Amino acid sequence: MSDLKFTRRGVLKSGAALGAAGVAPSFFVRNAWAQDFTNNPGNGSSVVLGFNVPQTGAYADEGADELRAYQLAVKHINGEGDGGMLNTMTPLSLKGNGVLGKKVEYVTGDTQTKSDAARASAKRMIEKDGAIMITGGSSSGVAVAVQSLCHEAGIIFMAGLTHSNDTTGKDKRKYGFRHFFNAYMSGAALGPVLEARYGKDRNAYHLTADYTWGWTQEESIKNTTEALGWKTTAAVRTPLGAGDFSQYITPVLNSGADVLILNHYGKDMINSLTQAVQFGLRDKQVNGKNFVIVVPLFSRLMAQGAGENIKGILGTTNWNWSLTDAGSQAFVKSFGAEYGFPPSQAAHTCYTQALLYANACETAGTFYPCEVINALEGFKFDGAGNGPTEYRAADHQCFKDVLVVEGNENPSSQFDLLQVVQVVPRAQVEYDPAIFGGELGTCS
Amino acid sequence: MKLFKLSAKDAIMMAVFIAVVLTMPIWLKPIGAGYPDLLQKFAIFGLFAIGFNILFGLTGYLSFGHAAFLGVGSYTAVWSFKLVSMSVIPAVIFGTVLAGLFAVVIGYVSLRRTGIYFSILTLAFAQMCYKMAYSVLTPITNGETGLRVLRDDPRVVDAMFGVEQNAVPVGELFGINMQGYPGFYFCAAMLILGFFIALRIFRSPFGMMLTAIKTNQTRMRYTGFNTRPYLLVAFVISGMYAGMAGSLMAVTDPLAGAERMQWTASGEVVLMTILGGVGTLVGPILGAGIIKYFENIFSAINESTLHQAFDFLPDSIDNVVVAIISPFVGDGWHLTLGTLFVVIVIFLPGGLVDGISRIRKRFSRKSHASSTTGASEG
Amino acid sequence: MDAIFLQVLNGLDKGGAYALIALGLTLVFGTLGVVNFAHGALFMLGAFCAVTFQFMMTASKQIKDESITFFDAYKEVPYLEIWFGHVGTVLIDWVVPLSIIMAIPVMLLIGLAMERGLIRYFYKRSHAEQILVTFGLAIVLQEIIKSFFGANPIPTPAPEIVAGSANIGALFGLGDSVVYPYWRLIYLAFSGLVIFAVFAFLQFTTFGMVVRAGMADREMVGLLGINVERRFTIVFGIAAVVAGLAGVMYTPILPPDYNMGMEFLVLSFVVVVVGGMGSLGGAVSAGFLLGILQSFASMNEVKAIIPGIDQIIIYLVAVIILLTRPRGLMGRKGVMED
Repeated sequence: MSDLKFTRRGVLKSGAALGAAGVAPSFFVRNAWAQDFTNNPGNGSSVVLGFNVPQTGAYADEGADELRAYQLAVKHINGEGDGGMLNTMTPLSLKGNGVLGKKVEYVTGDTQTKSDAARASAKRMIEKDGAIMITGGSSSGVAVAVQSLCHEAGIIFMAGLTHSNDTTGKDKRKYGFRHFFNAYMSGAALGPVLEARYGKDRNAYHLTADYTWGWTQEESIKNTTEALGWKTTAAVRTPLGAGDFSQYITPVLNSGADVLILNHYGKDMINSLTQAVQFGLRDKQVNGKNFVIVVPLFSRLMAQGAGENIKGILGTTNWNWSLTDAGSQAFVKSFGAEYGFPPSQAAHTCYTQALLYANACETAGTFYPCEVINALEGFKFDGAGNGPTEYRAADHQCFKDVLVVEGNENPSSQFDLLQVVQVVPRAQVEYDPAIFGGELGTCS
Repeated sequence: MKLFKLSAKDAIMMAVFIAVVLTMPIWLKPIGAGYPDLLQKFAIFGLFAIGFNILFGLTGYLSFGHAAFLGVGSYTAVWSFKLVSMSVIPAVIFGTVLAGLFAVVIGYVSLRRTGIYFSILTLAFAQMCYKMAYSVLTPITNGETGLRVLRDDPRVVDAMFGVEQNAVPVGELFGINMQGYPGFYFCAAMLILGFFIALRIFRSPFGMMLTAIKTNQTRMRYTGFNTRPYLLVAFVISGMYAGMAGSLMAVTDPLAGAERMQWTASGEVVLMTILGGVGTLVGPILGAGIIKYFENIFSAINESTLHQAFDFLPDSIDNVVVAIISPFVGDGWHLTLGTLFVVIVIFLPGGLVDGISRIRKRFSRKSHASSTTGASEG
Repeated sequence: MDAIFLQVLNGLDKGGAYALIALGLTLVFGTLGVVNFAHGALFMLGAFCAVTFQFMMTASKQIKDESITFFDAYKEVPYLEIWFGHVGTVLIDWVVPLSIIMAIPVMLLIGLAMERGLIRYFYKRSHAEQILVTFGLAIVLQEIIKSFFGANPIPTPAPEIVAGSANIGALFGLGDSVVYPYWRLIYLAFSGLVIFAVFAFLQFTTFGMVVRAGMADREMVGLLGINVERRFTIVFGIAAVVAGLAGVMYTPILPPDYNMGMEFLVLSFVVVVVGGMGSLGGAVSAGFLLGILQSFASMNEVKAIIPGIDQIIIYLVAVIILLTRPRGLMGRKGVMED
């Protein structure tokens, strides 16, 4: 790559400067062979991170929340504000003086929830702004696209909100890391709760967004529910952004199914759920059982859009602000103080990812991606809101407890929309990385 | 060769154009656009818009489905990378040709109608392509995730020559990786070639014929001309431009996604062309540049960048200025773009090129300067 | 049988929505000759009239949730409920239908302002420029709404009494599982009513007669000494109101967000053109036709035969119709053909 040449020259220059001053830090010497990497901050006083979030389009609100979280993370890493999770995370190498003594700066970009725009934005951050790490995203298509771009460029990508199995499954990359949970875990976590609530003899009808994420979620949920003894009446694909789902909902009415599973996200989920409730599905009786709707992936922002219809509906979520552990409390406290409302799960995962990356650099003692990857792989930590968590080395997926939630029947405030039903322990949602295939590739 | 013969004025224009395009990395640097990816986008979308303008500007037929050809070009180029070779030459050729074939079919059908009926026919075809690529055709297009080049793809020709790929294959031309600046210069070369061909078409009898069709098709028909073949040729040429632009997108970044075919992408090229100036040679390129600039640079400005930019002001004024500007940048870049559209249409009918030439006229009238300035006319 | 009956209902319902939006669009085409890419934005603005009205009606006394100390969380009790008790609750419950009262004058004003302030300067300009300016306007309107209401959809439920489903199966002697939401039935009736009102207005009033004459031959009507322009301004206002009402009534079905207009824009263009340029009847029948076909194409039985047909049916039908009938279903010769 031609850019590399410029960087290399820059490194040589800075190396010479260091040599002249005679203050070459030890890690420079130790890893002298390894200092040639994209956007090496050298001995500059700051380091640039790239926050690539949707600022326009359907997920703009989620993107705005992610950006808030990143800005908060930068503050905390730089030692401003109350420190947030810096006070609760263990183990932690960060000292509140930036990363490796360098002040953290950031650039932002708009993914528009489109792969092309997201890649263009990420490339700008890498080529023009000299970002050493890219993070963000609010859909799996974008995450996978940006992740492979970053892998090619030799830049670490810390995925934001992406739930598809593919991100750390068949499309996993050495340079990509995901803290968020995935469809498989949603299924595994939901299974026992569904069994306890609705029994073993059920007929499920799936409505699935007709694209890769929808398919992986449908598959995961199907596997879990069929293992419980449920039957799958039908699995119907719906066009992305259909708006009106009536023609897909009416066949549910006399299909004999007594569970409707909506594998939709964002606006699709808000619309299909609202309309399914209007069609009386929530009050219906089939085979002598109450008809139920399940939304495997929930978020508070979606719950807000669906209003009353969300009440009593089961789903899973990565994190919720009402958690009372020290990490969650610390984060909610500083986020709330800064912005006046609680963070969403997207904000939480993004904040944590930024901290994890910074911490890995500090631990590795260098920004050199291969060393940072080593520090992240297999990293075990606690106090970040999800209990003991591990970045599995085999697929760069975080393993932690998963929350099963339901729409709150009687909210005590405008933010109190989701209620935690059960914290499903990590052991129950773990799987063999081999089941999804894919290969990480190597660090070069 | 007659084909390469240009009038003196056109020759100057061509020379200036080449110089301007090749020096883009230098003169775009001060406004923050001098980095490879955006430069590539300028060249690629410039090419796309030039091609679109050959149809719309010359014949007046407004296609609302040109993004389909862009998408076809991208997918074909990526498949060429996957199956044939990582060399960009077959990728661009296949992409352009296949998009041309698509254009023959879609054009043949759509050109049976005129006016808005034609627009909706092209829109319908493009939307069908998009919807299918996103869902049913996932085995070919890889759906939402996008089609990517993988290390273990067959690549028959490369395999024959025993070319080994590293972990992530990238497009190459005689061993030069088509990313970063080499990628830009390759796209720029294609843009210059495309511009030259467009110039030749504009000045040719064929171009005159197309303009005549635009002016009064009925009269042309009455004089015994069968206009359809001319229109179809124009449609296919412009489809091939789109296909080439699409394959260049894959060349500089070996990935193809379905949203390239969505109606918004078709609409974007329409806006680029109108913004710059319909029927002018450089207008569409200008329009493409402006829209891409907004998308990539304005969207990236956030409050902290603004505070840095207005650092020289006293704090209180700084805050006021930032508060005024910030709704228009970052996540508000759409607002600025929308306002720009409205303002330009109101004050510069005929687009930017028209505006520039008006300003020049007024300027030269006032100063009575007789010297000619540059060759930025269209 | 039950399934087919339900899909017909779905189709009619969808068709009603398409027809309402297409109706206004084609009115503007036919009279002013303007390609209005901001028509979807008018639909969206209508929906946000309901949202604004809901915000006003539910202006709330905020009772702080003391258990939350990190930020201010409130349980909201609307003032209307505090002041008027049960009556207030009912008023809030009926907010969507009530907001029609507000939406009519507001949308009329927006329409007139748009026409006088911007559109009228573009009558004589090329369609390309009309597209650019109205598209730009649509973006600006969207962004303004986004800056006030955010990008997330806002729930605007139908009144409690019509929130559920009607057992219409019993009515027609069909199975018990043939139920249909009350609100969708209301929407269907409402769209029929509005379409009828617009037609009656054009058919049976002097004003309507002049407008129709103007659509047929603008110059001639002008030569007769009639101020066509002023009437066309009012027509634009009516189109805005129709789009706005379609938006208001659609909010319980589709929680509105700032981008909802764009999603309907392309579809309504297809509907208008398939119906035939300059034909109101064509737009309405094309709306219902496409709605019903879309519903049937989504049936599992149909998709089993042709996979993915539900994704493309509208466009496929558009192509077929435009190829077999040169000017759509009922288009007139010479309107927007060049």
